[in-house]
Amino acid sequence: MIEANELTKRYGGKTAVHDLTFTVRPGRVTGFLGPNGAGKSTTLRMILGLHAPTSGTVTVDGRPFADRPRGLRHIGSLLDAHDVHGGRSGRAQLEALARSNRIPRSRVDEVLAEVGLTDAARRRIGGYSLGMKQRLGIASALLGDPPVLLFDEPLNGLDPEGVRWVRGLFRRLAEEGRTVFVSSHLMSEMENAADDLIVIGRGALLAAEPLTDFAARGTRAHVTVRTPQAAELIGLLTAVDADVTSYGERLEITGATAPEIARIALDHRILLHHLATEHASLERAFMELTADSVEYGAAGDLTGTPSARDLVGEAR
Amino acid sequence: MTTLASLNAVTSSAGSRPRFRDLTAAEWIKTRSLRSTAIAYGVTALAVLGFNLGVAYDTYTYWTTQAAADRAQFIADGIPLQHAFGSNAAVVMMLALGATGALTVVGEYSTGTIRTTFAAVPARGAVLAAKAAVLAAVSTVFGLLLATASFFGTQAILGARDAGIGIGHPGALQVLLGSALLAPVCALAGFALGALIRQTATTMIATLVVLLILPMFLTDGRYWSALVGHATPYKAWLRLADPGYTAGEFPWTTAGAWTVYAMWAAAAVGVGMVAVRRRDQ
Ligand SMILES: Nc1ncnc2c1ncn2[C@@H]1O[C@H](COP(=O)(O)OP(=O)(O)OP(=O)(O)O)[C@@H](O)[C@H]1O
Ligand SMILES: [Mg+2]
Repeated sequence: MIEANELTKRYGGKTAVHDLTFTVRPGRVTGFLGPNGAGKSTTLRMILGLHAPTSGTVTVDGRPFADRPRGLRHIGSLLDAHDVHGGRSGRAQLEALARSNRIPRSRVDEVLAEVGLTDAARRRIGGYSLGMKQRLGIASALLGDPPVLLFDEPLNGLDPEGVRWVRGLFRRLAEEGRTVFVSSHLMSEMENAADDLIVIGRGALLAAEPLTDFAARGTRAHVTVRTPQAAELIGLLTAVDADVTSYGERLEITGATAPEIARIALDHRILLHHLATEHASLERAFMELTADSVEYGAAGDLTGTPSARDLVGEAR
Repeated sequence: MTTLASLNAVTSSAGSRPRFRDLTAAEWIKTRSLRSTAIAYGVTALAVLGFNLGVAYDTYTYWTTQAAADRAQFIADGIPLQHAFGSNAAVVMMLALGATGALTVVGEYSTGTIRTTFAAVPARGAVLAAKAAVLAAVSTVFGLLLATASFFGTQAILGARDAGIGIGHPGALQVLLGSALLAPVCALAGFALGALIRQTATTMIATLVVLLILPMFLTDGRYWSALVGHATPYKAWLRLADPGYTAGEFPWTTAGAWTVYAMWAAAAVGVGMVAVRRRDQ
């Protein structure tokens, strides 16, 4: 369990994290989302005691992590896969980490096998691909069989098989009762992986809730219809107070359900080629929620659309 | 479910009170797993031996009949002892070991390894102490081997002219040990500067300034200059390695020189441990 309480971090005049309060619970995979520069890595560094908060506290299983003389049995972490010396072999890197925490050497072989690096373990890390470094970092995180695991953008550089494997691993770790906290700036990475979401933008909390609740925030569900008799159908739908946006033969309808639309069409002998309910997309919910807090966004993206402002307003 | 099964194994073997020796063992693994460490020590050893044996060989080559006649004087003047470890060799060793010591810390900062290290061992001061311990041990062994090889190598060459001395010769052991221990003192100085500065290039320049440039400016002519100068490792080495030391205006004892070595080593470890305490990593 990770508990952050009014966590704030300023670097000089720049506020990286502002008044963050959240709880990451055991037995679940918690996604930590936010656009670039939102303060995710900063928060993870504070959880690990690497950076001291300007104010506020963060505890891991009830104690500040920095108070633990040895860490690997309490938190396993992967902040940046590049945080290793390229001149060492993967095995030497893990052996040194294991030894410092009095973890038996046999455990090094176990985690190497677990991440599929057994064959590459004797080679210099400098010759590893990014994906291999990520695997090595995940192996380091698993070394101490910790109850809490932190991963900063662990999917970077992994191939599709690797991504599937990592998701399966996170799921299993959570099922074993561990706290799994995974950051990403891509909603799509979390879509099939996380149970809970903590979303931040410009260092401030935007949402902390189960993924399903979060999905419900997205643009309301709408129905799409394709019909050669579009004009006729629009007339009938507006008569029952539905909102219709027309794209030629394709209509997007809110305010009427698919069965209601089907009934109207049948009653008036309107031919439908397509009728479907479109569920709110997580990606869209995320984009809308963070639109106002995208710091390094390109001009002309979602930023500043009225709906986005409404949603952020709601969240606060 | 391998993870869950081994969870119990790992935690039960743990019950673990943290032990400092686990940290030194880990630092030793780090040291020996970098080929660059061995290369740095190897190249330094070659350079130092090259200087020392080279000078002895010159003396051997340009040995004159006159020198042969004054053989007793040659030995009495302590010249074989000067050959045992020359000042060029000492300067090379100081800078190389200072850089090697600095790299044990800045090497971790420049690669980001330091964050991995501190996330695994949040007791940062203890990590630095373990680093210092391993560095001191390795560089002391290195210094001893190198000074011994230099001593016996040079005396063997001079011995061909019948002008060599043995280790039992007065002052010989002092020269050997004074030169050997210059290695860990300089390595620890570099280590402390690395922990303070963290940036590779700046640390290297600072090490050069502190170990070499500073003693060059601090002459023995004035009281304060002499006093501060005597507190530098290089001058301490000069005091220990020069058998023909003649007391100048501000004399000092070899005990003082040994104390300077000890103070530098102790202060360096302290600085390293304090440097990581408060700052963000
Ligand atoms: N050591 C530091 N010194 C100064 N500013 C920093 C430092 N670390 C982070 N920042 C600033 O704090 C803000 C948050 O950075 P952080 O790295 O935590 O973002 P992030 O959410 O991890 O972003 P990304 O998705 O790009 O990894 C940024 O504006 C960054 O410039
Ligand atoms: Mg980041």
